[in-house]
Amino acid sequence: MRYLRYLIPLAAFLVLTGFLFKGLWIDPHTVPSPLIDKPAPAFRLTQVADAGKTLSRDELLGKVWLLNVWASWCVSCREEHAVLVDFARTGVVPIYGLDYEDTRDAAMKWLGTLGNPYQASLFDPDGRVGIDYGVYGVPETYVIDKTGTIRYKQIGPITPEVLHDKIVPLVRKLNA
Amino acid sequence: MPSRILPLALVLLTLALCAAGREAVPVGQDPAIERRMMTLAQELRCLVCQNQTLADSQAPLAADLRQEIRELMQKGQSDEQVKQYLVARYGDFVLYRPPLKSQTWLLWFGPGVLLVGGLTALYLAILRRRRLLADEPLNPDQEERALALLSEDEGQPS
Repeated sequence: MRYLRYLIPLAAFLVLTGFLFKGLWIDPHTVPSPLIDKPAPAFRLTQVADAGKTLSRDELLGKVWLLNVWASWCVSCREEHAVLVDFARTGVVPIYGLDYEDTRDAAMKWLGTLGNPYQASLFDPDGRVGIDYGVYGVPETYVIDKTGTIRYKQIGPITPEVLHDKIVPLVRKLNA
Repeated sequence: MPSRILPLALVLLTLALCAAGREAVPVGQDPAIERRMMTLAQELRCLVCQNQTLADSQAPLAADLRQEIRELMQKGQSDEQVKQYLVARYGDFVLYRPPLKSQTWLLWFGPGVLLVGGLTALYLAILRRRRLLADEPLNPDQEERALALLSEDEGQPS
């Protein structure tokens, strides 16, 4: 028993090291969103492809969908885009785009050359809807359920791993 | 005469270029709101460059948010309401002063608890040490032995 007390500093050291080690793998740029499990903010925006057509959040009620925030100026969106195009082909879940602080011409050119995984892309040139969704680094992706509630937010590019481990299982669960 | 005019002309030209070269910073119409906005923005974190305040940051998002704050203030919202607006979107992380709630108790009180705990441990350790060092009176047996030893000493000079 008496020797145990000499182990206390060692134990404290191990606990501290444990926390610091975990900290090595935490990205400080990933800030948990307060919008998880809250209603997705309402919007009514024109579409990138057609300035005469609008789309609102309420029109998408009743199905599970992904909102992918992208922009033609965003470098990591380019990397993500190929993954999205492939994923859209599987038809697991409809993807809607939010074209953030962009111009229509640049956006259309981007979709033309890289492919269009979106059912429709919403045009948010001044980033107002982006602010409502708490967007601070493009790309970001939200999983929104049938009642219009945000269930998951992916900050940064979607990778095949993220799809496989998080998004697809979650969509299946929400659709069940 | 031209030798005097030339430097003056150069100075004027430089000033004109400076004025033309600087892009106009969009500022609010109302200086009172501008002041309030800047004071508030100094307590808010820019999420793009996280070690800068919204007031300092050059990130486009920070500029948008400053504009948003201006407009909210023009609509008559209080500083508290503006903060709530941003917290609802970006989380407590935007506040440089974290709010006091169950999740942040450790953050707020942890250092105090550590300090009090450390002082208590120190106090107890000192108490115990003092007790170890305290004079203990000899019992009669020990006193007798001590006297015997002392008298033995007196008999033979060292």
